[in-house]
Amino acid sequence: MNSIVCVKQVPDPEAPPASFRIDSATNRMVPAAGVKPVLSPFDEYAIEAALRLKDAQGGKISILSLGKNLALDVVKKSLSMGADELYLLQDDAFEGGDSYSTAYALSLAIKKLGKFDLIFCGRQAADWDAGQVGSGIAELLGIPSITVASKVEAADGKARVERVLPDGREVVEVDLPALVTVSNELGEPRYPTLKGIMAAGKKPVTVWKASDLGADPAQLGRAGAKTNLLKLYAPVRETHCEIVEGETPEEAGAKMALRLRQAKLL
Amino acid sequence: MANSGIIIFGELGAGRLSSITLELLGAGRKLADALGQELAAIFLGHPVDPVVREAIAFGADKVYTIDNPALQEYLTEPSVAALEAACRQLSPEVLLLGQTAVGRDMAPRLAFRLGTGLAMDCVHLEVQADSRLLVATRPVYGGNALAEMTCPSARPQMATVRAKSQEALPRDDSRTGEVIPLSVSLPSSRSRLVERVRQEAAGVKLEDAEIIIAGGRGIGSAEGFQTLEELARLLSGAVGTTRAAVDANWRPSSDQIGLTGKIVAPTLYVAIAISGASQHLAGCSGSKNIVAINKDPDANIFKAAQYGVVGDYRKVLPAFLNKVKELLETS
Repeated sequence: MNSIVCVKQVPDPEAPPASFRIDSATNRMVPAAGVKPVLSPFDEYAIEAALRLKDAQGGKISILSLGKNLALDVVKKSLSMGADELYLLQDDAFEGGDSYSTAYALSLAIKKLGKFDLIFCGRQAADWDAGQVGSGIAELLGIPSITVASKVEAADGKARVERVLPDGREVVEVDLPALVTVSNELGEPRYPTLKGIMAAGKKPVTVWKASDLGADPAQLGRAGAKTNLLKLYAPVRETHCEIVEGETPEEAGAKMALRLRQAKLL
Repeated sequence: MANSGIIIFGELGAGRLSSITLELLGAGRKLADALGQELAAIFLGHPVDPVVREAIAFGADKVYTIDNPALQEYLTEPSVAALEAACRQLSPEVLLLGQTAVGRDMAPRLAFRLGTGLAMDCVHLEVQADSRLLVATRPVYGGNALAEMTCPSARPQMATVRAKSQEALPRDDSRTGEVIPLSVSLPSSRSRLVERVRQEAAGVKLEDAEIIIAGGRGIGSAEGFQTLEELARLLSGAVGTTRAAVDANWRPSSDQIGLTGKIVAPTLYVAIAISGASQHLAGCSGSKNIVAINKDPDANIFKAAQYGVVGDYRKVLPAFLNKVKELLETS
């Protein structure tokens, strides 16, 4: 069972909202000083899904990541968790892209990697929250996609994927090769062990540029984007919070009930 | 031929047009009027329920249907192929879907198939005055920022729309329009539905509740939710939660409110021991009134709340519950 997992480095979504800044001149988010980037959390669930398959039946896991200024210790977490090899897509030509041009570059890298049974992606990245790249890669490769998975099993050229629905679950069987996007209902990703971290140091890391992929420059980065970002800005929040106080927490609780009754909310 | 017309992808629930479909019709009507073009709704199924005609009363000029055995249960490939065929026949200028389980699965594949751009989970849509382009606004960075996006040249311009972000139009049965079946041929699917399990919510459904009592990581245990359950029952409300509490297995994922859970907009949202992470606020910021109970006076939830108590919920909530009981008994 050979898997490919696509991961993205993002600004830490757990950083305090008060530290969030946008540079309106460039329409870009400014990472908070001193806050390290992380692997997009849903991508760690995607790595975990691949590792569980590998635990059960062996095989190889290749990690792909596209981005600028990738911090090696961040993306290498995938190797420390147990993946086998890391490919970094780093080139100015990939810059300024949208979901379309990003999925295009990743799909070329996957073709170059060759044979695989399953591709895993997180259900959406914690920065742009679009949830398009996974399905887009599958479409560009012409393989089926199953989104928002909470469990993945594979055997005999097929995968059985449990999906999360708003009011329940469903199980879908899909022919391989296929792409699966993974949600947090899969269960917590494993932490890298010390042994895993040591082993990761010896695992291969390969950097590919646009020219290594034989990419059409017109479909890459800004040039290949289908959408245009007009403006990125922080929403104005005008809420004023009325704090209801009391001598004791119990008194404050009772007074809150009275206040809500007065406001005709109860 | 130039592209023209707005098409919304309609979904049914319990034999009726789903609320997101009514909201899409409301949003689509505004765009159609701004562009001076037609608004159509499209429904897939087998058979397609005749109730889809009601889309006309809620703003559509036309209703298209695709009835095919492969569309009886939702699967990605036949549904994407059906909408692709419809777009190639009808050449719409704009295609809108709901940010629903089906919409978020289908829209990206369809956009890539059609070679066009897509803005997901939009909360605002308008036509730019000079360019006549659709400007789609979507929350990004877990709701810390808003992005305004356009799709300058590829067509249709596509967006999925967040539940409860758009106003439905009042029903107007005097509106007239045609229901037009489309005939398409669909490829066989490489995926098959093995089973689908729906959890029936006991009591009031979260999405329909006027009062929601929500608890987060700070509740500390599954048992801690018992007081919240009691309060919800007393107020005919529903209990909601955050991703952290779902990940800790204190609550089922169907109770999750937030970016990747349910989007709710009740009259009263009581957030108990919830810090107010942006991705949670994305699911409840449409609430008319938010009440926060949290022991941390600096918790982000107080920035979104209208009323707050700073204190340990273990002490605040039982007293709040008792007072509510007393008020309800004496009224």
